Amino acid sequence: MNIRAQVSMVFHLDKCIGCHTCSLACKNLWTDRPGTEYMWWNNVETKPGTGYPTLYEDQELYNGGWVLEDGKLRLRLGSKKSELINISYNPRLPTLDDYYHPFTYRYHDLIDAPPGDDQPVARPISMITGEDMEIEAGPNWDDSMGGSEIYAANDPNLKSLTEEERRRFFELQQLVYFYLPRMCNHCLNPSCVAACPSGAIYKRGEDGIVLVSQEKCQGWRMCISGCPYKKVYFNWNSGKAEKCILCYPRMEMGEPPACMHTCVGKIRYLGVVLYDADRIEETASKPEAELVEAQRDLILNPFDPEVIRQALECGVDLKIIESAQKSPIYKYVKQWRMALPLHPEWRTLPMLFYIPPLLPVTATLSQEGYYEMDSDFFSSLESARLPIRYMASLFTAGDEAEVVAVYRKLLGVRIYKRAESVGDISMETAVQALKEAGLTPEDVEGIYHLTAIAGADERMVVPPFLREQAIEMGVDTQDFQEHRGFGELIWPTRGL
Amino acid sequence: MSWIKDIVNPKMRQWEEFYRNRWQHDTVVRSTHGVNCTGGCSWNIYVKNGIVTWEMQAIDYPKLESALPLYEPRGCQRGIVFSWYVYSPLRIKYPYLRGVLMDFWESARAKHADPVEAWASIVENEEKRHSYQTARGKGGFRRATWDTCLEIIVASMLYTAKKYGPDRVVGFSPIPAMSMLSYAAGSRFLQLFGGVLLSFYDLYADFPPASPETWGEKTDVAESADWFNSKYIVVTGSNLNMTRTPDAHFAIEARHHGAKLVVLSPDFSDVSKQADWWVPVNAGMDGAFWMAVNHVILQEFYVERQVPYFIDYLKRYSDTPFLIEIEKTEEGNVPGRFVRANRIARYRDTDNGEWKFLVFDSRSGDARMPQGSVGFRWQKQEGQWNLEMKDGQDGSPIDPQLSLIDHREEELEVSFMDFGGGRTFRRSVPVRHIETIDGPVAVTTGLDLLMAQYGVPRGLPGDYPANYEDDEIAYTPAWQEKFTGVGRKTVIQLAREFAVTAEKTSGKCTIIIGSGVNHWYHNNLHYRSGISALILCGCVGVNGGGLNHYTGQEKITPMASWSSIAMALDWIRPPRLQNGPSFHYVHSNQWRYEKTHADYHPASGRFAREHCMDLQVDAVRMGWLPFYPQFNRNPIHLVDEAGEAGAHTTQEISDWLVDQLRTGRTRFSVEEPDLPENWPRVWLIWRANALHTSAKGHEYFLRHYLGTHSNEIAKETAQESVQEVQWREASTQGKMDLVVDLNFRMDTSALYSDIILPSASWYEKNDLNTTDLHSYFHPLGAAVPPCWESRSDWDIFRALAAKTSELAKKHFPEPFKDLVATPLLHDTPDEIAQPEVRDWTKGECEPIPGKTMPHFTVVERDYVNLAHHFNSLGPGIKEHGVEDHGIEMKVADLYDEFAKLVPSYEWGGRSYPSLEDAKYAADAVLFFAPESNGEVAYRGFKDRERHVGLPLADLAEGQRSVHYSFSDLARQPRRILTSPCWSGIVNDGRAYSGFVTNIERLVPWRTLTGRQQLYQDHEAYRAFGEACPTFKPRISLEDTFNIVESKSIGRSITLACITPHGKWHIHSTYYDDLRMLTLSRGVEPFWLNDKDAAEIGVLDNDWVEAYNDNGVAVTRAVVSARIPRGICIFYHAPERTISFPKSPMRKNRRPGGTNSLTRMRLKPVLMAGGYAHNCYRFNDYGPPGTDRDTYVIVHKLEGKPQW
Repeated sequence: MNIRAQVSMVFHLDKCIGCHTCSLACKNLWTDRPGTEYMWWNNVETKPGTGYPTLYEDQELYNGGWVLEDGKLRLRLGSKKSELINISYNPRLPTLDDYYHPFTYRYHDLIDAPPGDDQPVARPISMITGEDMEIEAGPNWDDSMGGSEIYAANDPNLKSLTEEERRRFFELQQLVYFYLPRMCNHCLNPSCVAACPSGAIYKRGEDGIVLVSQEKCQGWRMCISGCPYKKVYFNWNSGKAEKCILCYPRMEMGEPPACMHTCVGKIRYLGVVLYDADRIEETASKPEAELVEAQRDLILNPFDPEVIRQALECGVDLKIIESAQKSPIYKYVKQWRMALPLHPEWRTLPMLFYIPPLLPVTATLSQEGYYEMDSDFFSSLESARLPIRYMASLFTAGDEAEVVAVYRKLLGVRIYKRAESVGDISMETAVQALKEAGLTPEDVEGIYHLTAIAGADERMVVPPFLREQAIEMGVDTQDFQEHRGFGELIWPTRGL
Repeated sequence: MSWIKDIVNPKMRQWEEFYRNRWQHDTVVRSTHGVNCTGGCSWNIYVKNGIVTWEMQAIDYPKLESALPLYEPRGCQRGIVFSWYVYSPLRIKYPYLRGVLMDFWESARAKHADPVEAWASIVENEEKRHSYQTARGKGGFRRATWDTCLEIIVASMLYTAKKYGPDRVVGFSPIPAMSMLSYAAGSRFLQLFGGVLLSFYDLYADFPPASPETWGEKTDVAESADWFNSKYIVVTGSNLNMTRTPDAHFAIEARHHGAKLVVLSPDFSDVSKQADWWVPVNAGMDGAFWMAVNHVILQEFYVERQVPYFIDYLKRYSDTPFLIEIEKTEEGNVPGRFVRANRIARYRDTDNGEWKFLVFDSRSGDARMPQGSVGFRWQKQEGQWNLEMKDGQDGSPIDPQLSLIDHREEELEVSFMDFGGGRTFRRSVPVRHIETIDGPVAVTTGLDLLMAQYGVPRGLPGDYPANYEDDEIAYTPAWQEKFTGVGRKTVIQLAREFAVTAEKTSGKCTIIIGSGVNHWYHNNLHYRSGISALILCGCVGVNGGGLNHYTGQEKITPMASWSSIAMALDWIRPPRLQNGPSFHYVHSNQWRYEKTHADYHPASGRFAREHCMDLQVDAVRMGWLPFYPQFNRNPIHLVDEAGEAGAHTTQEISDWLVDQLRTGRTRFSVEEPDLPENWPRVWLIWRANALHTSAKGHEYFLRHYLGTHSNEIAKETAQESVQEVQWREASTQGKMDLVVDLNFRMDTSALYSDIILPSASWYEKNDLNTTDLHSYFHPLGAAVPPCWESRSDWDIFRALAAKTSELAKKHFPEPFKDLVATPLLHDTPDEIAQPEVRDWTKGECEPIPGKTMPHFTVVERDYVNLAHHFNSLGPGIKEHGVEDHGIEMKVADLYDEFAKLVPSYEWGGRSYPSLEDAKYAADAVLFFAPESNGEVAYRGFKDRERHVGLPLADLAEGQRSVHYSFSDLARQPRRILTSPCWSGIVNDGRAYSGFVTNIERLVPWRTLTGRQQLYQDHEAYRAFGEACPTFKPRISLEDTFNIVESKSIGRSITLACITPHGKWHIHSTYYDDLRMLTLSRGVEPFWLNDKDAAEIGVLDNDWVEAYNDNGVAVTRAVVSARIPRGICIFYHAPERTISFPKSPMRKNRRPGGTNSLTRMRLKPVLMAGGYAHNCYRFNDYGPPGTDRDTYVIVHKLEGKPQW
């Protein structure tokens, strides 16, 4: 046993309103400087859609993540050896066009325009070259199914549907979309770390945050290829890779990451979980059908006295263990089994989990062409606008039963609360729904509370970061206290 | 550690300081965004080295009841990028003046020492005037000094006041609630000057006329937390995710508490994703859906079985039990008026008997007069204006009969119009006859009329449908299909679920509604049919229930105290307040382009006019609507002339003026808007995008106000159909002598103005903010001082006041008299001015100011001391107290107490509380407001108790010692207190919901019957066929006259153009913000259906031209299956300054945005006045400036875009 703590997350997609406030909080704080313009450490995608960078989910194209070969894990990108051969030419990189060409406008023309015979306008220019440009792509280009024929239609996950299902999807009786916010998953088995030839990427031992050392990075960009989620980016100004840092400077002060703090849909949950680091490789090597369950299994019960004893032995501070006991992640992922990893088949063991969204029920067109809803009272599995296979393609490596089980819970809670608070659904029906979902009334209260009522301090349980101890490993903490902040502020060159 | 690469060596991790350094800051200041988004969110503004770096939401709102979700965090994608603006290349850092005007000014000033004379030398020279007018919007700005700009502005104002009258100086600033002191700065200055303030809520068509029609209130809705209390939420015409971004979670969370969420929206909108049901009702046809829902509710929950809760609710809280006369006409029987109590012998002599009404009382078996109607409100005896079901004469209890079906003496066939099908139905209603002083009269109840109107078969003869499947007869579920595109089964199921939920929860069903419905011409009807469902199911006034309309941040929570300061009521009253839609419809000459409204909105009787302009003129003459400029004469000269004629007192001057008007020697300026004497001349714009976002019919603004280039090609077609207005052959171009814009960014209005004054942004000033969507007072705070040469709005108008006082020494050395005309007002005895419509200009009655025509008041203005007035809190507040909704709160003692809390300002030998600093003004607002000072609330409740005669003050008893100051709010937002001026009860963390005190405390609604009005018996409503809730479809392409001159070129398609609020901007603000442009498509695109796009050969991201006779837009296409065929979506309201290339089809000129495709239409039935709830109040009443009924031709842009 090698018990460790990992800061982990759950995104409740049913609550996501697609507002992108998270992305902008991140942009303001971290990627607002030359070289990072095109980076969105956190972004929000419309699903179905092709995402950012476009088609990143297509690993035939990008070769990210891990594959299992003869029971052994290897990077899809190739072995370390072939990587070294290709080191100066990395063919699996997304180009700027796969992201987008960052643009701005000739804003000054509006104030400075000389007298003329028509109204001045601020026209678009490249942020990189300063030249006039045509805007052909952006980081959120297919928002709310913009360009559905080009983007939504080419979502790799739609391949799980039949041709007829795909066709029907674009008719209003079945049309639907939802939002998928994405950021670095701070994986337990990060392929970016494994892909880095310079050893610049590491997972912080105390909290599991994956970082690219801005000192050690040599700009080989193997991490960008290696990460199947395309959540490592290349800073063209500094020549180094950068990625989500899970706002460790904020968390070290007890504040949740900026994207989480600012989430107005209140979809984001954060907390530490305990896991056994010795079992990572074994877990990531399970057959596809077992991956979700295996990853859940890796997370340990923080209330189990044996786990607590061993964790203390492994050097996990008691305060962290107590924090893990309050973690909403443990509840959603392990206790209630409602949150699922994104594309577990990539085998990186992502530590960001998603609760899939409830969506409107389907409709039919009457003979005269009038739109009739299916008669289901609530969103339902039977009349789902997106076949369960689509969700399974996203969250369970194709295992539909896992997805169905989650939906039964989401619906069970609603049916039970309706029976309780209105009564037009009978309590018998509600109890039956709970039974099918495998929930107790106590579970319902817990899930309801965390989903609907919980405040920021319950949704985001930032563990103590014990900074005095970390600093003491390098300098005397009181020395640090006395000298902190003096000296010249040196502007970063090349991004540093 | 084999698998995880884990670095513990602290040296290797020292680089981590890199990101830590970024997350360092020096101060954090609380502020918010003053942007009419309804958010009113609490933000922390981070400052580093004296520079604003970023913002993050504050999450320290005081909590509500523990069973409710929390308000944290509030703030959206737009709010979080505001800091970009502060130092952006669009920032207005200095005052700017257009070069050509600057040159004229400099040479004029060289010749004229006096600025007013210098100004005269420019504007009286046609060539010069034309030359700087045509340069508007075309670059050439030069940096100027503050003093030069202030001098030009004040010189133009004084010149105008002297020559034409101060009522030719107008100001526009919208939505006080978003930064109420910044608004008040300009309005206070203008009102002291005698200028005119233009309304906004109705101009934007955000104001829902159905609200005063039903409740006598402009808008009173639940805070968003109350959505969580709901068990059936229907979202219609509102895209919560997109436009209520910080609030949407309450609706989503309610689902997890067992609520069903249904979304009605033609496109698969963002909020549709959150729905259990997404119902794509055809655009602009919502009313038909709700009419059918009501048909089902009445059939199944009133006829087939009765629900005690519904019956009891209707009896007590609606007008449905009241008796309505069946009028016999040549065309047969029609629904008439509520029977007046004084028509029967028993109540013949009752006070205000024309304003009291009857029900059929099952106890006495006779007609009885319940308390609570408007007549009781304004009668001499106080204490009977309440909803107790008691006889207003002897106090005996009444049990009103909702329907006469079981007590009928006869069945009478009555005519009802089906406007969708264009036919008349004759349906019998149960009738009794009551003996009146002029003989027996056939009457029925409001509910019986509704049953007939909705076509609910009850075994009565007539054109009733056999069942729901009858698709010919209005208003069955089958009938509505052809309008809405939604099947009958869906309507029936929704109606049942809605009513059952209401029955089981005592009314916890809500409709969340917004501009997607309210911007249509017939919005009031769509709303009224939805409201009917809510009232029939007992949902209004219940937590978790009711109509929750959100469009615009209209709620100025501390209205009573704020208006005293903002309208300068502490010094002068009444203010000049103009309804914006009428002003622009008339002055921007849009009326001239309308051929007739009678084709799509015909009426009978006196209202059977062809042109809306005639009804507009009537409305002004009869005192229904305000209009400025008032007359074709300078009001200052009028007083002088009256004096010369021997009229000196207000009464004498008023009599003299009546005679002038009667004889036509003086005329209302609305009667000849093109006459130069009747033009508005100087326009001050602040906190607004008046020339663009707010300019419905934008291109007409450019032509007729500004006199610069414009892209409309419509013909002026009104001449044939107008009667009351003087037609002048030549349409006026360039009415405005001077347009001034206060701004922090170079938006379209700034670009087209003559002078731009740099104003402080929302992170650089102190102010107050409130909203409908939550129940907190919130501050704007100065995180940094106003940047560069900018100043806060408060300080800018103080500077203008000082300059006015300086220049007035020569031109207005003494105080002078001004004559102010104002309309008949709601919440005053004017509500009972006109029991019947009588037009004095037709000799139908005497012209009596304040009764049959506007009020005329003589006021004294003192320009030399204008700055002193501005800077000090005047004695008016001490003398009159503060007032709102007719509730008077005496504050004389509090005035003296307040004087000790802020520095004093001394002038004229007296000392006053100082208002020199916006903070002091904020404290004054908070100190005298019932919502922030419990003692004031208590006094207000005491005042209302006097009228109502029932206990109310207990609601404020526990809060009397509570008072919030500005610095309290800066520390933490504070929750509003339960206030007599609002109808929610928020004690003990209860969520605010509208009309709760009406239900729980029996306070009447401020309507005709004192109850919720489903029936509108004003003559105008009966003439237009809108007495009962009904359905009128959206205006057809043919009737809009949108596309007459415009021709289809190439492969083109004609589409209905829908302009909902978008995702990446709040109106035009944030549209030009780089972050928002990056996350969208770098431009505001046109959204088209994929099949429609294929038809015209347009691919995703192609450039397209969209045009009609009103103007043109050029932008990119977004092709998407989520848009239904036949409509396109162009999200309101991109700046025309960003990324729009030129339009080849309109002579290669710069195209405009959404408003370039619109022309404003006023709905004349909404002008009715002087009649209970049909009574004017600024922003709260009148015809909205609707523009949603718009069509465009779209085709692919030829060639490469030209810039």
